[in-house]
Amino acid sequence: MDSMANISGTALYIAFVLYFIATIFFGATVKQKKQDTSKSVSGAIGITITMIGFLVQIVYFVTRWIASGHAPVSNLFEFMTFFGMGLVFAFIILYFIYKLNILGLFALPIAMIVIAYASVFPTEISPLSASLQSHWLYIHVTTVSLSYGILSISFVAGLIYLIRQIDQTRRSKRTTWLEVVLVSLFVFVGFSIISLVFNVSGYSAEFEYSFNGETVTTDYHLPPIVGPNEGNLLTGDRMNPFFEAPGWMQGVEASRKFNTIIWSTLTGLLLYGVVRLILRKRIGAAIQPLLKKVKPDLLDEVSYRAVAIGFPLFTLGGLIFASIWAHYAWDRFWGWDPKEVWALVTWFFYAAFLHLRLSRGWHGERSAWLAVGGFAIILFNLIAVNLVLAGLHSYA
Amino acid sequence: MAKIKCECGHINPEGTVLCEACGKPVEENQHIDGNDKQKLLNMRYDGSARRSQTYNKSIIDKLWNFFSSVKVGVWLIVLALIASGIGTIFPQEQYIPANAVSRDPSIYYEDQYGIFGLIYYQLGFHNLYSSWWYLLLIALIGISLVVCSIDRFVPLYKALKRQKPRRHTQFLKRQRLFSQTDDVTDDDKAKLKSNLKKKRYKVYEENGHLLAEKGRFSRWGPYVNHIGLIIVLIAALLRMTPLMYMEEYVWVREGEQTVIPGTDSEYYLENKEFVLETYDKDDERYQEALEMQGDVVKNYQTNVAIYKDSGEQVAGAKPELDKVTEDEIRLNHPLEVDGFTLFQSGYQNNEFKNMTFKIHETDDNDEKSLGSFTIDLSSPKDKYELDNGFTVAVNQYYPDYELDEGEPRSKTNYPRKPAFVFSVHTPDGEEPEMSFVGVGNNVDPTGENDYKLGIEDFDMRYASGLSVKRDYTLPFFIIGAAIFMIGVIQGMYWQHRRVWIHPEGEGVMVAGHTNKNWFGLKKDIEQVIEDTDVEMVTDQQELK
Repeated sequence: MDSMANISGTALYIAFVLYFIATIFFGATVKQKKQDTSKSVSGAIGITITMIGFLVQIVYFVTRWIASGHAPVSNLFEFMTFFGMGLVFAFIILYFIYKLNILGLFALPIAMIVIAYASVFPTEISPLSASLQSHWLYIHVTTVSLSYGILSISFVAGLIYLIRQIDQTRRSKRTTWLEVVLVSLFVFVGFSIISLVFNVSGYSAEFEYSFNGETVTTDYHLPPIVGPNEGNLLTGDRMNPFFEAPGWMQGVEASRKFNTIIWSTLTGLLLYGVVRLILRKRIGAAIQPLLKKVKPDLLDEVSYRAVAIGFPLFTLGGLIFASIWAHYAWDRFWGWDPKEVWALVTWFFYAAFLHLRLSRGWHGERSAWLAVGGFAIILFNLIAVNLVLAGLHSYA
Repeated sequence: MAKIKCECGHINPEGTVLCEACGKPVEENQHIDGNDKQKLLNMRYDGSARRSQTYNKSIIDKLWNFFSSVKVGVWLIVLALIASGIGTIFPQEQYIPANAVSRDPSIYYEDQYGIFGLIYYQLGFHNLYSSWWYLLLIALIGISLVVCSIDRFVPLYKALKRQKPRRHTQFLKRQRLFSQTDDVTDDDKAKLKSNLKKKRYKVYEENGHLLAEKGRFSRWGPYVNHIGLIIVLIAALLRMTPLMYMEEYVWVREGEQTVIPGTDSEYYLENKEFVLETYDKDDERYQEALEMQGDVVKNYQTNVAIYKDSGEQVAGAKPELDKVTEDEIRLNHPLEVDGFTLFQSGYQNNEFKNMTFKIHETDDNDEKSLGSFTIDLSSPKDKYELDNGFTVAVNQYYPDYELDEGEPRSKTNYPRKPAFVFSVHTPDGEEPEMSFVGVGNNVDPTGENDYKLGIEDFDMRYASGLSVKRDYTLPFFIIGAAIFMIGVIQGMYWQHRRVWIHPEGEGVMVAGHTNKNWFGLKKDIEQVIEDTDVEMVTDQQELK
């Protein structure tokens, strides 16, 4: 059993490295002079390595399934990793429809960011709690992840569109917002890096504070910039927090999560600052010249098409399968649990997106901004709802 | 109605933008789809005459026009989206945690979330999804769905049915994909036709004019999925009536039998056994996780027997019970009996089943037992006679003991914290001794007792929480969802592509239109004109 778990961990690592190598090959297609990128050798190598990487990630999935005795989609690490896998799979599908190499240059790093993010959460194999014991677990989670993957490709295409199209000759609201989107990607990277650094060093600081009238403890793995509201530091020889979390932050371990967000943001901003210093211009402006060859029309279409493919799948997995399972597990198919509501919000959002595509003015840039917004909602539902809002889905 | 006769001879209904047959723009109606300001024609509904764009006089017209606007529809969706999101900022009333200081919403929200919580509660957001305005919003979306669909479906259907292969040149030139080639041989023209057929287009011909069409049925997708949504909304409406939907909850203790609520005392349920399984701590797969998380419940279930009362239902009469089935109700595996469904929902393990007491001498430090007796807490006897000749009488029994201003009383009738007042009669017939014994209590009121009673052993009893539902609306939801999926797949995974070939002098005009996936249509046309002298269409709307 242990060996299976080891194989699984190694496979995930190899897949990650392969995605990285594939990204480099897709990057190489940018410099090619030819207008028609679909016949590029470098692109062909890139997609081949991507597919090998995907197969290796399937090995991770299958071996972990064997080792744990259930589909590995039961905690935040597992389903974020699976979401990364769905993203890669969706990229492969859309690559074969549109043969767009530039898509790989952006989709694979985003999949890598997702996987790196996932691996910071507890990775040990845990037993399946009673309410998750159902074959609907895999049916529901796999279809949702795949649909999220496809919808994320819409974001990827939209992001490329924005970088390509937004006027970078002078600073404007649009260039600023684009940088904000890019910075938030840096924050995710920042989270992974800072967590890894302090994990390796084995940092730990324990606090005691009062929660719902009970005294509880929380274990910080990052130095406490912000401590629990009226908390006491128990571990000696650790820095004291600079300030306390405000009293209205009442979620489970709110202060620790808040602390992590502060650290991630600081690290992300630092990374961004370093990159800005090296480039000496906005990151959007630095990437823009590389994208001149790509047809904005095609990007717009990929972005829309990804929603057109992803939306029915999301309805099926995120609303219909979810309802069927909720009916069996919680005796009602719909109960306004935060995760359910956010699935509905996601659905409303993409429904609005599809309807807006009927009007002329909403193609191109506006549509691309919407695709970015959709991705933000997906991430919110995947991460924030589990970590921040209390509810039936908060098992991560 | 003022019909519009086109130069091609076709008679169009009032409000037509593009002639149904030949596509020629109807001069006075071009403002409707904004064609007057654009080079390209707006092909959204093939320029058909929609009621909402034609009449705007009476109140009904105005209402119709309001709801038939996609813009209004999108606004309603966005409002519903924002409202739904707001409802998740703090938990809804039914999700106030059981261990909260107070589950009273008027206290909970302010206590837990301060001023924001108070505002949230006062605005009624703690019950947002059943508030009148949220339901109104959903209802308005429903109306918008119906009106939008009817307003567009009928004219679009007619327009696509009446379209002719021969199109007006203005129509063709103002398509997004267009090319004109001056010299084309008859061979090449024939090749175009056969290539289109090879690409599985349906080809219609009229005097050398070709209309090649594919996937028209995908145009009906949106209307089909809207029908599905409307069925879902109707099902949700029906679910509010007790006739269609019943929901009850029942606690049954192990070994107990109870009437199933909501069945008019027709069905009975016996809890034969409650089973709770946790993961084995020694399972090496999960060892690491279990050390951190503690016990993890693997499964819980109630093994039940279901009975039906076959006798006449007379008040006070003893029911005549026939066993219907004996089965298990497990988490994720509800039990269905004669139209209603039983779900394993919760459990409690806070009640005592029986308690065993022993008697020992008060000053015996080893508490050596002189004799013991067991009380079944669901039906305690008045008196227990022990083998050694002692008799213990139960003077008072408090199943759920508490002190209320110095007075002992029972909080509930369930044996959660049992306490007894015993009188112990010794075999030698002396004055009986009084003792007060309960969980965490052992009081000798006089301080002169020779004998003392102690709890030797006890058994706990599980109570199983089962929810009972009868939901006749489920099939409607299933049908609605299925129709929605069919419609949305039909509309999203197929596209309606059309290519027109129009002989003009010695050459041809080629024009193409699709409702989505222009990339695919361009690829099709590329392949159709391969090895001919026909020029590739240009995309006249390409983003720069």
